[in-house]
Amino acid sequence: MPYDIVVCVKQVPDTANITAEAMKEDGTVNRAALPAIFNPEDLNALEAALEIRDRYGGTVTAISMGPPKAAEVLRDCLYRGADRVILITDRRAAASDTLATSYILAQTIRTIGRFDIVLCGRQAIDGDTAQVGPQIAEKLGIPQVTYLEKIDCIENGTARVRRNVGRGWEVVEVKLPVLFTVIGGANQPRPPAAKKVMRYKRARIPAEIEAEVKASLGQVSDEELLDAVERRKQELARQGLL
Amino acid sequence: MIAPNRQGEVWVFAEQEDGSLHDVVLELCGKARQLADVLKVPVGAVLPGHQIRPLASKLIAHGADRVYVVEDSRLAHFQTIPYARVLCTLIEKYRPQIVLYGATPLGRDLAPRVASAIQAGMTADCTDLQISDVTDPKTKEVHRNLLLQIRPAFGGNIIATIVNYDRWPQMATVREGVMPLLPPNPSRNGEIIDEKVEIDESLLALRLIERHIEPRKVNLKSARVIVAGGGGVGSKEDFRLIHELAGAIGGAVGASRAAVDSGFIGKEHQIGQTGTTVRPALYIAAGISGAVQHRAGMEESAKIIAINIDPNAPIFSIAHYGIVGDLKKVIPMMIKALRERRR
Ligand SMILES: Cc1cc2nc3c(=O)[nH]c(=O)nc-3n(C[C@H](O)[C@H](O)[C@H](O)COP(=O)(O)OP(=O)(O)OC[C@H]3O[C@@H](n4cnc5c(N)ncnc54)[C@H](O)[C@@H]3O)c2cc1C
Ligand SMILES: Cc1cc2nc3c(=O)[nH]c(=O)nc-3n(C[C@H](O)[C@H](O)[C@H](O)COP(=O)(O)OP(=O)(O)OC[C@H]3O[C@@H](n4cnc5c(N)ncnc54)[C@H](O)[C@@H]3O)c2cc1C
Repeated sequence: MPYDIVVCVKQVPDTANITAEAMKEDGTVNRAALPAIFNPEDLNALEAALEIRDRYGGTVTAISMGPPKAAEVLRDCLYRGADRVILITDRRAAASDTLATSYILAQTIRTIGRFDIVLCGRQAIDGDTAQVGPQIAEKLGIPQVTYLEKIDCIENGTARVRRNVGRGWEVVEVKLPVLFTVIGGANQPRPPAAKKVMRYKRARIPAEIEAEVKASLGQVSDEELLDAVERRKQELARQGLL
Repeated sequence: MIAPNRQGEVWVFAEQEDGSLHDVVLELCGKARQLADVLKVPVGAVLPGHQIRPLASKLIAHGADRVYVVEDSRLAHFQTIPYARVLCTLIEKYRPQIVLYGATPLGRDLAPRVASAIQAGMTADCTDLQISDVTDPKTKEVHRNLLLQIRPAFGGNIIATIVNYDRWPQMATVREGVMPLLPPNPSRNGEIIDEKVEIDESLLALRLIERHIEPRKVNLKSARVIVAGGGGVGSKEDFRLIHELAGAIGGAVGASRAAVDSGFIGKEHQIGQTGTTVRPALYIAAGISGAVQHRAGMEESAKIIAINIDPNAPIFSIAHYGIVGDLKKVIPMMIKALRERRR
C-alpha cells in the first residue's frame, strides 16, 4: 500500500565546526560567519521517508520553515529523491519558539491534506531542543514515536518500529497516521543523484526568482521588472521547477 | 492557555521505571525545594504509574510537600499520550507556577507534548535554574520572581538564559547529574494525594512488543564541557560546588578516583585509566593532583583549566590555564562571574 509522507527539514548554522571568529565579544554567535547546512538528523529523516516510499510506494513531500536561503536544503531534498518541496518563509516567523514553529509546520501539513507518516529529525543542532517533532504530533492529534532507529514493516495501517530509549531500545507497534523523530545513525543518507541535480538545480522559489531577475537586469522600471519576473516564473513553472 | 499563578506550587514530574524513581527526579526535588523556598510555596511531585504509591515517601524525604499519585494499570509502561493527559489534567486543576522534568529520553518525549497541549513555553535541557526579577526590555515592565532557565544551545557553544513572562506554567527539562543529589531527610512530613485521571482505550496508541535496557551509565563521552572534582574537594557536601559550576557553564560532572573512593560521587563519573576516557572542548579539574592514571583519561581535552592549592601539583604541567588557590573560594567566584556576565 502506498503512503503519503511528509518530512520536516531545517537549514541550520554548522554549530559543530564553530571557530573563534564566529563567536562575538559578548559570547553570542555571529550566524553570518557560519556556513548553513542541512540539519544532520533531518537527512536521516529524509532517508527514512525515501526508504518507505521506495518499499511501499507513495509520495515524499519535504517542508521547511526559514528564510529564502533555506530553499537550498529543499533543492537538496529534490536531488536526493523527494517528490515535492514546500518552503514557508515569512519575516514574522523569524523569532519563533518551538511552540510557534510547530504550529506553523502543523498548519502547513494540514493544508497539504493527506498524510500517513510525518518524519522529523530528532533535534536541530542550533536550538538543540528536540521539541518540534512531539509538538507537531500533538497539534495534529496523532501519536509520536521519538528516537526512531529502524522501521521493521508497515502493514494494515500499522507500523512496527524500533526506537532508542537511551539505555537500550524497544520495539513498538503504532497505528498510522503517526509522527516519527529519527536519530542519526538510523540509516545512511543517500547522496544526491547526478541526474536529479542536473534537473533541479534550476528549481527556484519566487523570492529567489525576483532576486535573480533583479540582479540580471540592473536598472529597469518596476513594471519591466515585474514583467520579467512573471515571464521567468511561467517558464520555470512549465518545466516543473517553480 | 493557563494564566500565571503566583501562588502556584513548584512541581517535579516523578519519572519512574519498573517501580524505581529515576535519579534525576530526586535531584530535581532538591532543586525544586530551593526554588520553592525562595517563592514561599510548596513543592509538588506528580507520580503516575502502576503500583507506585510506595515511592511517594522517597519523594517527600527528598523535598516534596505533596505527592499527587495517579495509579492506573494502563500507566504501567510509559506512553506519551496517556502520560501527557495525566500531566495536562493536573496542571489545569492545580495551576503550578513551575513544572520540572528530567531531560531524559522519556522527559524530552513527554514534556514538549504537554507544553503543546496547554500552550505553555518549554525550555529544553537546562543546566541551571534560578529565581529572579526580570525587566521586559520592550515594555520595561518588571516581572517579579520569574524562573531563569539556563541552558547550553548551539551545540554547547553558547549558554542562553530563557524566561517566560506569560505562557505559564514555566516548564523546563533539566539535565541529569547537574543538580546535586541532596541527602534525604526521612523525618520530613508530606501529604499523599490520590488523583484519578480518565485514561480510555483510545489514548493507548502504542503497543510494546519487545524491550531491551542496559544498566545506567553517565554520558561523559559526548559532553563538550566537563567539570571534574578530586580528593581536594574534601567532602560530599562541598562536591556540590562541582555540580554548581558544571550547571553554570552547561557541563557534565566528572571525578577522580579519590573523589569516587571517598564517596563524593558515583563510580560512573570516574575519569581516567579505570574510568571513562574523555576529550571535551573544555576540562576543568578542581582539587585533582593529576596522577598519571587520571591524566590518561583526560589529557586529550582541547583546553584544560586546573584549580589546585599546590603550585607544584602535576596537573599544572598539562593545564592550559592554572589557578593556584583554594577551590572553595575560586569556584564560587567563577560561578558568580559567569552568572553576572549573563545578565
Ligand atoms: C540558543 C537558543 C536556545 C533556544 N531554546 C529554546 C527553548 O528552550 N525552547 C523553545 O521553545 N525554543 C527555543 N529556541 C527556539 C528554537 O530553536 C526555534 O523555535 C526553532 O525554530 C525550533 O527549535 P529547534 O531548533 O530546537 O528544533 P528541534 O525541536 O530540535 O527540531 C526537531 C526537528 O523538527 C524539525 N524542525 C525544526 N525546526 C524546523 C523548521 N524551521 N523547518 C522545518 N522543520 C523543522 C526538524 O525535523 C528537526 O530535526 C532556542 C533558540 C536558540 C537560538
Ligand atoms: C591501577 C590504578 C588505576 C587507577 N585508575 C584511576 C582512574 O581511572 N582515575 C583516577 O582519577 N585515578 C586513578 N587511579 C588513582 C590515581 O593514582 C590517584 O590516586 C588519583 O587520581 C588521585 O586523585 P586526586 O588527585 O583527586 O586526589 P589526591 O591525590 O588526594 O589529590 C588532591 C589534590 O587536591 C589538591 N587540593 C587539596 N585541597 C584543595 C583545595 N581546597 N583547593 C584546591 N586544591 C586542593 C591537593 O593539592 C592535591 O593536588 C588509579 C590508580 C591505580 C593504581
